[in-house]
Amino acid sequence: MKSNLSNKPSAKSELHSDQPLIALVGNPNAGKTTLFNSLTGSYQKVGNYPGVTVEKVSGALRLDAQTVECIDVPGLYSMYAVSEDERVAVEVIEGTLANSRRPDLLVCVLDATNLERNLYFFSQLAEARNPMVVALTMVDRLQQSGQSIDLPKMSNLLAVEVVPMVGHRDKGLQELKDAIERNLASPRFPVFDIGFPDALETCVASLRERVARVGIDFTKSDIRKALLDPEDPFNTFLKDFPEMQDAFREARERLTREGVIKPALEVSSRYQWASMVKRAVVRESTTASRNLSLTDRIDLVLTHRVFGLVVFLTVMYLVFQSIYTFAQPLMNGILASFGWLKDMVGPHLAQWPVVRSLVVDGVLGGVGGMLVFLPQILILFMFIAMLEGTGYLSRAAFLMDRLFGWCGLNGRAFIPLLSSFACAIPGIMAARVMPDRNSRLATILVAPLMSCSARLPVYLLLIGAFIQPRYGPIWAGFALFAMHLLGLVVAIPIVWFLNRKVIRGKRLPFLLELPPYQWPRWRDVWIAMYFRAKIFVKTAGTIIVFMSVLIWGLSYFPRLSTQQRAGVVQHYLGSNPGAPKDDVAKEVDRAQLANSILGRFGKAIEPAFVPAGFDWRITTSILSAFPARETVVPSLGIIFSLGGDVDEKSPDLPKALNEATWPDGRPLFTPWTAVGLMVFFALCAQCMATLATVKRETNSWKWPLFMFTYMTVLAYIAAVAVQQIGRWFGG
Amino acid sequence: MSFNALKKGMNARVTRVSSDSGEMHRLLEMGLTEGTTFRVVKVAPFGDPVEIDLRGYRLCLRKNETKGLEVEPVE
Repeated sequence: MKSNLSNKPSAKSELHSDQPLIALVGNPNAGKTTLFNSLTGSYQKVGNYPGVTVEKVSGALRLDAQTVECIDVPGLYSMYAVSEDERVAVEVIEGTLANSRRPDLLVCVLDATNLERNLYFFSQLAEARNPMVVALTMVDRLQQSGQSIDLPKMSNLLAVEVVPMVGHRDKGLQELKDAIERNLASPRFPVFDIGFPDALETCVASLRERVARVGIDFTKSDIRKALLDPEDPFNTFLKDFPEMQDAFREARERLTREGVIKPALEVSSRYQWASMVKRAVVRESTTASRNLSLTDRIDLVLTHRVFGLVVFLTVMYLVFQSIYTFAQPLMNGILASFGWLKDMVGPHLAQWPVVRSLVVDGVLGGVGGMLVFLPQILILFMFIAMLEGTGYLSRAAFLMDRLFGWCGLNGRAFIPLLSSFACAIPGIMAARVMPDRNSRLATILVAPLMSCSARLPVYLLLIGAFIQPRYGPIWAGFALFAMHLLGLVVAIPIVWFLNRKVIRGKRLPFLLELPPYQWPRWRDVWIAMYFRAKIFVKTAGTIIVFMSVLIWGLSYFPRLSTQQRAGVVQHYLGSNPGAPKDDVAKEVDRAQLANSILGRFGKAIEPAFVPAGFDWRITTSILSAFPARETVVPSLGIIFSLGGDVDEKSPDLPKALNEATWPDGRPLFTPWTAVGLMVFFALCAQCMATLATVKRETNSWKWPLFMFTYMTVLAYIAAVAVQQIGRWFGG
Repeated sequence: MSFNALKKGMNARVTRVSSDSGEMHRLLEMGLTEGTTFRVVKVAPFGDPVEIDLRGYRLCLRKNETKGLEVEPVE
C-alpha cells in the first residue's frame, strides 16, 4: 500500500479488508479505550454493527512494516454473554457476527491491579482459540501500592507475550506495537491448564468426539458449558439429536452423583486458577502501607451521605449550566453566521424565488438548525469524558442509583436525563454512559419528555399572553415550573411500563465498579468530543437537513397563483382600507402558508384537535415546528398575519392570540386552551432532530417511530383532558 | 446470613451461592464464588447499593439483586 506522507490519510482510506485484523478486548475499566486511542489516535471510524444498537469502533494501527485494522471490542466481564451488547462483543471475538471476519490477533487488556477478575475473563477468552498478546495496564499504579509483578513468569504461565503499559506517557506503546507485529508473523496461542477436575475433562473430551462424529465441531469449552449448565443454548441445539441429548444428560447425572459437578464449578475453577496465577506473579513488598489509599480518602468526601450529595449537586449544576447557559453564545454565534450567510446568498438568487427560498429557508435553515446543536454536544461530552476518565461518573451512579433503580433505570441515567432539560439531542447521545442496553433504551425513550430549552419560548409566549395578565406573576411562575415538572412526572410511569412491556431482553444485575480515581487523559476527552460531534453531523445531521428541506417544501408548495394573490390583497384592503404595504405582504404570507400542503393538512386534522381547543392555525403551527420546536413562535406569527420575525417577547403576538376567534366568534384561546397547548408541547415529539438522533443511537427506525407515536398520543390525550376539564370548570 | 444483613465495615465470606443461573451467575463471574472473603466498604446515601471490596477491587451491588448470596461474618 502506498502511503502519502504529505496528506493526513483518514481511517477509511487506510483500511482494507485484506489487512490483518486485530481486536482489543478486556474487562470494562481495564484501560482499553485509552489504549485504543493511543494506538490509533484520530485514525478511527465509528459506526454500528448491523441490526443492533452496539457501536462499532475501529481504527487504523500503523506498525513499522504495515497498517492493520484494529477494533475496540466493547468491554466484557465474561464470554458467557447475557445481554445483546455482550453477544455482539463475543461474536466479534469469535468472528461469527454477520459480515465480520475473525480477528487475526487478540490484544487482551489486563488490569494489573485487578488481576484475578481480569484473568477470569482471560481464561475464558483463551478457549476462543485466537492468537493473543497481553497488554498489562496500570502497572505504575500497582508499583505505587508497593507491589511488583514478575512479567517473564506471567508470560510463561499464560503462554503468550505480556507487555507492560504505563498509560499516561504512552510508555510501552512501541513495545506493544512490536509485539503485535511479531505475533501477527508467528502467532502464539494461550495454553494452560485451568485445573478442572480430571473426571470432568475426560467426559468433555469423549462427548466432544461423539458430537464431532455427527459432524458438529464444537470447542471443549462449548461442550463443558453445555454439560455443566442444562440451560445452556447448546442443549436446545442438541434437541435435533436425541441420542446426544441423552448422552449429555447421563454424563451430567453421573458426574453430579459422583460429586464432580458442583454448583458454580466452572467459575470457581477459573477463579482458583486466576488467584494461583496472581499469587505466583505479584509480589507484595514489605513496605506496603496499610493506610487508606488516596481513592478511599477522596471517597470519604465524594460518597459521603451529606457532602457527597452536595458535591454531586454542585457538579451536576455546573454541567447543566454549561450546556444551558454557556453554550448559548456559541449557539447564537452559529445562528448569526447562518443569518449572515442567508443575507449574503439571498440577493444573488432573487431572480429565482423558489431557488432562493429553497436555499435560504430549506438548506441553509436546515444546516444551521442542525449545527446549532454542536456546542451543547461538545460541552456535554467534554464533561462526560472527564467525569468518566476520573472515575467520578461511577460515584455519581452509586449515589443516585436508589432514586432511579426502582423504576427500572439506574444511577447513570441521571446525566442523560438532566442534560435533556437543556436539549434532548446531547441527552440522548449521553445515554451511552449506560452499558446496559435495556436501561439505555428506556432512558433514550423518555429523555425527550424532559422540558428542553426549545420549549421555553412557547411557554413564555402563552404564559405571557394568557396566565400573567389574568392571574398575576405568582401563577405565571407556577405555570412555568409546572410545565418543567410535567415531563419528569410523566416519565416515571412510562419508564416503569416500558421496562415491563416494551423493552425485551435479558436483564443483568446492576454491577457498578468504583475504579480508583485518576486524572483524565486529555487525548481521550478530545477524541470523545470530536467523534461524538462528527457522528452527529454525519448521521443525524444528514437526516435533519433532509427533513428540513422536506418540511420547507410542504410549507412552500403549492404557490398561490397571481390571481389568488390579487384576491387576497383585495379582500384584505377591503376590510382594512389604507393598510400599510408591509401588513399586506404579511397577509399574503399567511394566505400562502394556509394554502400550502402543510396548511391544508393542518386544516384536515383540525376536527381531531377541536376537542383540545386547537383550530387549524394552531395545528398548522405545530406541524411546521417539526424541524425545531421553537419555530412554532414564528409560525404562529405568520399564521396570525404578523410575519415570521416575531418572537415570544414581541407584544403583537399575544394581542393577536387574545383577539383570535373561532368562525362563530368565540375566542380561540381560553386560559385552558393555552395550558392545553403548553401541555401538548411539553409532551409531544415535534422535534425531528431528536428523532434523527434516536435513529442514529438505536440504529433503527423502529424506536424513533415508537417514540413519536407514544409521545404524540400522550400529548393529544393530555391536551384534550386539559380542555375538557377546563370546560367543566366553565373555562 | 443474608447479604442484606451486613453492616458497613464488616468482613464476610461467601458461604453459598444458591442459584447457578441468570443474575446470580454474573455475580459469581464477578468473583463472588464460594469461600471468597470481602469487606463492606460503604452503603450509598439512600440505602442502596452497597460497595464491597473483593479480590482487590470495588464493586457495588443492589440489595435486591443479591438474594441468592449467603454469607457469614469473619473477623
